[in-house]
Amino acid sequence: MLQLRTDDDTLVVSVVGDLDMVVAKEFRETVDSYLFNHQWIKHLMVDLSGVNFMDSSGLGVILGRYKLMRNRGGQMALCGVNDGVYRVLELSGVKKLMVILRTAEEKAQ
Amino acid sequence: MYKDNVVKLELKSIGENVAIARMTLGSFLMMYDVSLSELDEIKIALSEAVSNSIIHGYGNHEDGVVRIIFAVQNDELTICVEDDGVGISNIEQAMEPAFSTKMEHMGLGFVFMQTFMDKLMVESEIGVGTRVTMQKALLNQEASEPQAM
Ligand SMILES: Nc1ncnc2c1ncn2[C@@H]1O[C@H](COP(=O)(O)OP(=O)(O)OP(=O)(O)O)[C@@H](O)[C@H]1O
Ligand SMILES: [Mg+2]
Repeated sequence: MLQLRTDDDTLVVSVVGDLDMVVAKEFRETVDSYLFNHQWIKHLMVDLSGVNFMDSSGLGVILGRYKLMRNRGGQMALCGVNDGVYRVLELSGVKKLMVILRTAEEKAQ
Repeated sequence: MYKDNVVKLELKSIGENVAIARMTLGSFLMMYDVSLSELDEIKIALSEAVSNSIIHGYGNHEDGVVRIIFAVQNDELTICVEDDGVGISNIEQAMEPAFSTKMEHMGLGFVFMQTFMDKLMVESEIGVGTRVTMQKALLNQEASEPQAM
């Protein structure tokens, strides 16, 4: 399940559920059409606090949106990242590309 | 020694069934002493193989069948995922990190299967299908050395 809201020129997308090929497709379609229809949005924040599982399909859609935002001259960040999800972000190298806020760090603040 | 077991699943090639495969794996592994992080990793490996069958094997056509076997024998888990799809022309190349034949795919599926399981075997024939077999030892979690990662 996806929830979209905007905060100034940032689109905030909250994902709930397993980020596998089904949710990745929904994410791509929903976010891309939203961005297309709201050209003034520059940045993308993805809240993964409702995501306990992510595989390479999830990574693919995140990397794809990263490229999209970079082409717009904006940035992308992930928050609410749990240990399992962080691990695959690390293994794939996606971690190095964007700001990632982990669940524990956020709780500590 | 763990109790041996075998479960076979046959799935229609729709994306929603990847979650069903993962859930069934979770239930299958319940009677074994698998840590939560290990379970997560095995679920990723399975998810990669099943997604590959649906996305690449059947080109996202929903009328294919994916056959899955979960087995434990002699404290070793075997997961077998098989499709009757297009097949892989060059298996070695397909297994290389970052190799993908599809847009918006990172080419990480086989990397994850390899990383999260002990053994990975891929058999494929063009126009016939693909079978991925993965194995992982289930015992001696404390005794084994920490995974270098
Ligand atoms: N069951 C299959 N049938 C046909 N081709 C396959 C199958 N599994 C994998 N392949 C081929 O092997 C390539 C590599 O697979 P791999 O899972 O490593 O990466 P990917 O699926 O392309 O990307 P990602 O898994 O990161 O989304 C695929 O792009 C595809 O060409
Ligand atoms: Mg794949």
